[in-house]
Amino acid sequence: MRLIPLLVSASALALSTVLTSTAFAEDKTITIESWRSDDLEIWQNKIIPAFEAKHPGIKVKFTPSAPTEYNAVLNSKLEAGTAGDIITCRPFDASLTLYEKGHLAEIQDLENMSHFSSVAKSGWSTDDGAKSFCVPMASVIHGYIYNKDAFDALGLSVPKNEAELFAALDKLKADGNYTPMAMGTNDQWEAATMGYHNIAPNYYKGEEGRLALIKGEQKLTDEAWVAPFRQLAKWKDYLGDGFEAQTYSDSQNLFTLGRAALYPAGSWEITGFNKQAEFKMGAFPPPVQKDGDECYISDHTDIGIGMNAKGNNLEAAKTFLNWTGTAEFAELYANALPGFFPLSDHKVNLEDPLAQEFISWRGKCKSTIRPTYQILSRGKPNLENESWNASVNVIKGKETPEEAAKRLQDGLASWYKPQQ
Amino acid sequence: MQHKRQKTKPKIRWHILVFLAPALIIYTLFMIYPLAGTMELSLFTSQNNKDVFIGLDNFKTLFSDERWAKDFWNALLNNTWFFLIHMLVQNPIGILLAALLSAPALRFKTFYRTSIFIPTILSFVIVGFAWKLILSNLWGIAPSLMDIVGLKSFFQPWLGREATALTTLSLISVWQFVGIPMMLIYAALLSIPDEIIEAAELDGLKGMSQFWKIKLPLILPSIGIISILTFVGNFNAFDLIYTTQGALAGPDFSTDILGTFMFRTFFGFQLQQGDPNMGATIASIMFFIILIGVSAYLFFVQRRLQRYQM
Repeated sequence: MRLIPLLVSASALALSTVLTSTAFAEDKTITIESWRSDDLEIWQNKIIPAFEAKHPGIKVKFTPSAPTEYNAVLNSKLEAGTAGDIITCRPFDASLTLYEKGHLAEIQDLENMSHFSSVAKSGWSTDDGAKSFCVPMASVIHGYIYNKDAFDALGLSVPKNEAELFAALDKLKADGNYTPMAMGTNDQWEAATMGYHNIAPNYYKGEEGRLALIKGEQKLTDEAWVAPFRQLAKWKDYLGDGFEAQTYSDSQNLFTLGRAALYPAGSWEITGFNKQAEFKMGAFPPPVQKDGDECYISDHTDIGIGMNAKGNNLEAAKTFLNWTGTAEFAELYANALPGFFPLSDHKVNLEDPLAQEFISWRGKCKSTIRPTYQILSRGKPNLENESWNASVNVIKGKETPEEAAKRLQDGLASWYKPQQ
Repeated sequence: MQHKRQKTKPKIRWHILVFLAPALIIYTLFMIYPLAGTMELSLFTSQNNKDVFIGLDNFKTLFSDERWAKDFWNALLNNTWFFLIHMLVQNPIGILLAALLSAPALRFKTFYRTSIFIPTILSFVIVGFAWKLILSNLWGIAPSLMDIVGLKSFFQPWLGREATALTTLSLISVWQFVGIPMMLIYAALLSIPDEIIEAAELDGLKGMSQFWKIKLPLILPSIGIISILTFVGNFNAFDLIYTTQGALAGPDFSTDILGTFMFRTFFGFQLQQGDPNMGATIASIMFFIILIGVSAYLFFVQRRLQRYQM
């Protein structure tokens, strides 16, 4: 039985050879962990070459994994010590936990962190805001993207309030040439992300309602939080046949093939839609309840970028992170990925008209982030994940808006002190 | 002579150890050790990033906490339904196909055998994706095919409705794996000696009654093995549900089985943080369910099966 120690020492030897040989490589290579597999081309052809040109001696590799698996994959890689040097950060608790476990390094002292507002940094800071662990990279804005040709053909104008929105949907439905609204409930998250989170800020008045919910001054069963569900319940009649089995990519295709007129969207769709759609597109923010109401948009801090505290190339990683806070990066990134809007205070010129439309709402409406993300999804049941299911059930008519709201409130109150 | 043999020590037979070693080492390293690790993990909980031993509390939570218990029983019930469909549809069809294939008059046997078996070697991802497309009422072939035969009105978005999603997925899985019972039974049928069949024919047993009275009793042990393989496979299932419905096993958790429930808990999903300890608890329960099922089969069924020397 001497075989086992022999085998172990042999493999240990082999492993150490591999480790030392990479450590002595001449160029420092840093790898980026990300869930944005859609952006592979942009990173490889635009962003990384721009960085490498300015920083000889550092090579960058972009290694994305599938969005739905990213958190799980990243966690296990970090635990096992095999994660890359640069970590693309999900906002709020997912990254906060990584920081608390010592996986993400503190970066508040980076020179270029001064270009970000505290709201922008809130997604990747400790609750008291003292420590930051990711450079805010981009936010996404919610609204509707519409098929201009379809709207023109029926003489529809951009709806300003809810009544106009449903009048337009009715007209589209009566006409019958287009599925009025492209959304399905198969994958569940769209119903919450493009549904509830998209339209709800107008009701609960953005940051005001969101912070009140965190403080426990408002409840999810209050009218301001139930009313968005009432609107969602009305969507059912305007979604295509068999929307129950329609997936996210089905909806995207349905819209870009010109078979649907309206698409409840996040601005991240812009790149893909520009490539696929052969008709003219426009965008409008979620219509307010009645004319003259103040409008609110979900301008959600979505992507940050931080570094692995136990990485092999801390200095190189730091150089890279600092670079992501520069005007050069902001301009490159925003134009390479129209729909991901920079969070820094650099002046950035956007070339894409659809992206310009989205970002122009920042001037007219008040920005807020998705209400379920900060603090409120810390316990079990997880409020964000529950809200997917609740939104789907409301759209399908399986739960009434009041029932769904009550279930969410009960779930939240079961672990969140200020709501008890 | 006798005296002398007692004095020499029994020789250690090294070759036994050497021949056992590869399987033993690999099995211990990749099966037994992780299994023990999982069970150990289920006895701890994480507090302030430290593992704290809490005995069987995780199991208590799983069965007594309202939310955990609801999710768990839902998954277990769905899993049982998933298994029942396989037992009631996949295995009888597999036996039927095998019986047809072994009929001497059948032509193109190899062709049928191969084409029915091919789906089993396809990846879950391909099968899941293909069926999702087939059943899609936007681009699927199912609605138009049903239209041709005038059944369009019966078409529904089956994968998207709570009432039908799980059954649909089970049938997709049956479609994929029906080749396995077919092959095993087919092999068992082929191994029945011709003399027995000839003797039966001389006694006047033909066709259906020959199958029921002669062949079926002879292939019963194979059917037992298939049932147990189906049981283990189904209670370990995960891939098909995950690839078609995602980790939230929609619509409204109606397709959630133990595998997806475990995955979601262990690794977390979207904003929900992973909980390796509770995940390991569910994994342990899955192991015990399979262990109990297999043991029950071995003790109560396997031993009573009559075997015939052929």
